[in-house]
Amino acid sequence: MKLAYWMYAGPAHIGTLRIASSFKKVHAIMHAPLGDDYFNVMRSMLERDRDFTPVTASVVDRHVLARGSQEKVVENISRKDREEKPDLVILTPTCTSSILQEDLQNFVSRASIETEADVLLADVNHYRVNELQASDRTLEQIITFYMEKAKLNNSVVTTKTVKPSVNIIGAVSLGFHNQHDISELKRLFQDLDIEINQIIPENASVQDLKKLTSAWFNFVPYREIGLMTAQYLEKSFGMPYVDITPMGIVQTAECIRSIQKLLNKLEAQVDYEKYIDEQTRFISQSAWFSRSIDCQNLTGKKAIVFGDSTHAAAITRILHQEMGIHVAWCGTYCKYDEEWFKEQVQEFCDEVIISDDHGLIGDLIARTEPAAIFGTQMERHIGKRLNIPCGVISSPVHIQNFPLSYRPFLGYEGTNQIADLVYNSFTLGMEDHLLEIFGGHDTTEALSVGISANDSINWSQEAERELTKIPGFVRGKVKRNTEKFARDCSKTLITLEVMYEAKEKISS
Amino acid sequence: MSIVQSDALTFECETGNYHTFCPISCVSWLYQKIEDSFFLVIGTKTCGYFLQNAMGVMIFAEPRYAMAELEEGDISAKLNDYGELLRLCVQIKKDRNPSVIFWIGTCTTEIIKMDLEGIAPKLEAEIRVPIVVARANGLDYAFTQGEDTVLAAMAQRCPSNLHSYSSSNDTSKSHIPLVLFGSLPDPVVTQLTMELQKQGVSVSGWLPSKRYTELPVIQEGYYVSGVNPFLSRTATTLMRRRKTKLIGAPFPIGPDGTRAWIEKICSVLSITPVGLEDREREVWDSLEDYIALIRGKSVFFMGDNLLEVSLARFLTRCGMTVYEIGIPYMDKRYQAAELALLKATCEQMNVMMPTIVEKPDNYNQVDRIRDLKPDLVITGMAHANPLEARGINTKWSVEFTFAQIHGFTNARDILELVTRPLRRNLSLSELGWDVYSKQS
Repeated sequence: MKLAYWMYAGPAHIGTLRIASSFKKVHAIMHAPLGDDYFNVMRSMLERDRDFTPVTASVVDRHVLARGSQEKVVENISRKDREEKPDLVILTPTCTSSILQEDLQNFVSRASIETEADVLLADVNHYRVNELQASDRTLEQIITFYMEKAKLNNSVVTTKTVKPSVNIIGAVSLGFHNQHDISELKRLFQDLDIEINQIIPENASVQDLKKLTSAWFNFVPYREIGLMTAQYLEKSFGMPYVDITPMGIVQTAECIRSIQKLLNKLEAQVDYEKYIDEQTRFISQSAWFSRSIDCQNLTGKKAIVFGDSTHAAAITRILHQEMGIHVAWCGTYCKYDEEWFKEQVQEFCDEVIISDDHGLIGDLIARTEPAAIFGTQMERHIGKRLNIPCGVISSPVHIQNFPLSYRPFLGYEGTNQIADLVYNSFTLGMEDHLLEIFGGHDTTEALSVGISANDSINWSQEAERELTKIPGFVRGKVKRNTEKFARDCSKTLITLEVMYEAKEKISS
Repeated sequence: MSIVQSDALTFECETGNYHTFCPISCVSWLYQKIEDSFFLVIGTKTCGYFLQNAMGVMIFAEPRYAMAELEEGDISAKLNDYGELLRLCVQIKKDRNPSVIFWIGTCTTEIIKMDLEGIAPKLEAEIRVPIVVARANGLDYAFTQGEDTVLAAMAQRCPSNLHSYSSSNDTSKSHIPLVLFGSLPDPVVTQLTMELQKQGVSVSGWLPSKRYTELPVIQEGYYVSGVNPFLSRTATTLMRRRKTKLIGAPFPIGPDGTRAWIEKICSVLSITPVGLEDREREVWDSLEDYIALIRGKSVFFMGDNLLEVSLARFLTRCGMTVYEIGIPYMDKRYQAAELALLKATCEQMNVMMPTIVEKPDNYNQVDRIRDLKPDLVITGMAHANPLEARGINTKWSVEFTFAQIHGFTNARDILELVTRPLRRNLSLSELGWDVYSKQS
């Protein structure tokens, strides 16, 4: 047992559901107790999804414990098949169902006899992998299933497109700024005159997967999701892939050069150097911004970075290489990917931290006292407590990290966004310090003098105590309203009764 | 679908494929209510993930709750449960020094049959902190029923000796002591206590109290009354194990419910209530601006928190027509008075009796919502945005469990919630786009 207050990555089934619900016409059925369908709330809340999340639970209850859930699961699968007519149903085990040790694979085979849809059992172990690993695996599982199926009936498309083309692997719902990133990547490939063959899994149809092979190569923008799929496609169909995250000026250039090398090997004869130079110096603002005197002031400032592997590694590099900021330490909660991460960031920071214990990260931040933090929502809250500004650069995130406006982290527009994020975090910090040095704004006192009506209304002790229980941000309003009410009915003492009466009578 | 006037409430039961919160969510309000407590949820990452996401910002305020996250070794019984729990609880005692530790059992502890009730007394003796065990799991319960399991466990811990009696200034005590049960925010506790005081009813204590160390004395023969509709286990425990007498009344939600609740308590205690009628009328009058917005409109409860019957009864009295009352679980005995009031209210308002659907099936419900096109659907967050995108007004049901809705004072708050989507969408509908989904 482990005492835990908070976790960076969710349980495995969340990863599977993120993949399943990203595809079009794929329905996931969770084998889970009542209340485990919280995923639907997250989709509906965070992504503000307009459509019903294609995830239902086959509820495990007492009866199921006594009798086994075969009938129920099989019935639920064929019911969804009739109701929604999906292409694929994915039976998703949860931590609870995995300890029941029922033969879910058998239910799946049973159900698929009667269904129009294909039926798969998600192959993830709840006690060994987390959300990110599970999503990587589930995507690979689905792709493998459909590619092998296509191989069997000889429907794999073997001809490549005339012009260079690419599959983007890793567009997933509930990913950090994922939708914006994908748009930015589309733009980037258009600029490079590379056709987009398919984007998976978001909005993709499983029926089209057999055409994945007509692309010249695969592109995996994020370290966490998609690599297993790219590796499978390379092994089985000889498709090369690029997995350099185009985040930051230097990395984006590196990524484009690597694509160039790959295409030239396939005899496309492209030269992107001029494009890179033009974008870097004149289109994107962030390279110039790094040179401007504003950014000079950031030189040597101390920061720390924490997040998933992709974002933490890229941001560390940007801070160090592109902005001259001193990264005291950088870390990731993707413990399973330690080796890669260390290799990526070693030369850009003093120390590398691999941990998924937010308590430890909090303590480290307190000890380091950086001028700014770049982390997840958790680090933002740690920063709040310690009065250190924080820019959020990675999941886990809140609803405010699903902005409506265009906010990619990848590509050239992404570099602008990141520059703003970094700069704003630091300026706020500086402003805070200046205020402190000069004793703060002196307006608070001046403001409160004129506002409070200084008349003879008294509060009984009880009522005053009650008032302190009201949350701070509305307390002032309640106090003023109550006093106004008391004054209106010429009462001089505010008792509990008066307080409640006021609440009833004053429509807010 | 034609509307048939029926003269009795109809009860149905569907498949139980519905969305609700896991009952462990009760720790989020109970740890705030019981100030000296610590809640330890013994479960997996799934439980932790739910709590951390459902509770949003609260999680960062150093809450007095944590997960005892089970690992593979715990599941396969490689590790010793007693030893593991001892280690964690010693640490909790050292870090937080609580007056009580609640162990919340989950689906996993049920399935692997971890003997929490057996381990607790031994461990309690060893670390000298009371340990209360509640099995608030998703195999057996829905959402607010989590509180019920905790309060039922606490009911056994209420002192029964007369020790703490002397301090209470109960010189005016003219009736058998009355203890109320149900966790409410402190201001609402004060309000309801005062309403009863006005009638000469003194409340001897509340289960739960603000602090575990202040749990009320409960003796054989005491009266008890529930303030929430989901507390049937607690009621049963108080009757059977603590030999108290339950005052079965409608719940003090809405001015009608509050009045009926007070009247029932008074009648059992042989007190004639004074001025209640005027009090109720005054409240109704003050609500008129909100009622005007919903009068004659229809509402559909998908069902997820067991407050549905009381809210439906109040909204019927406000002039709404209730198409369907979805509810996770219906205890017809514990809710008897509330159901009777619902029936009477429908007759009085001359509207059709709603169907009460236990263990609803959300898919079928969405189908019925498409047919009925209710003016308002009260539902969980999983369905709210998709319904709004299809032009249907929704109110997120969970807000009713976190808002102050009890007593005369807070009737307005209920209507504030109910009318909010109507008030908001009124202004939007003038803009001319009501459907936001390409699927529908």
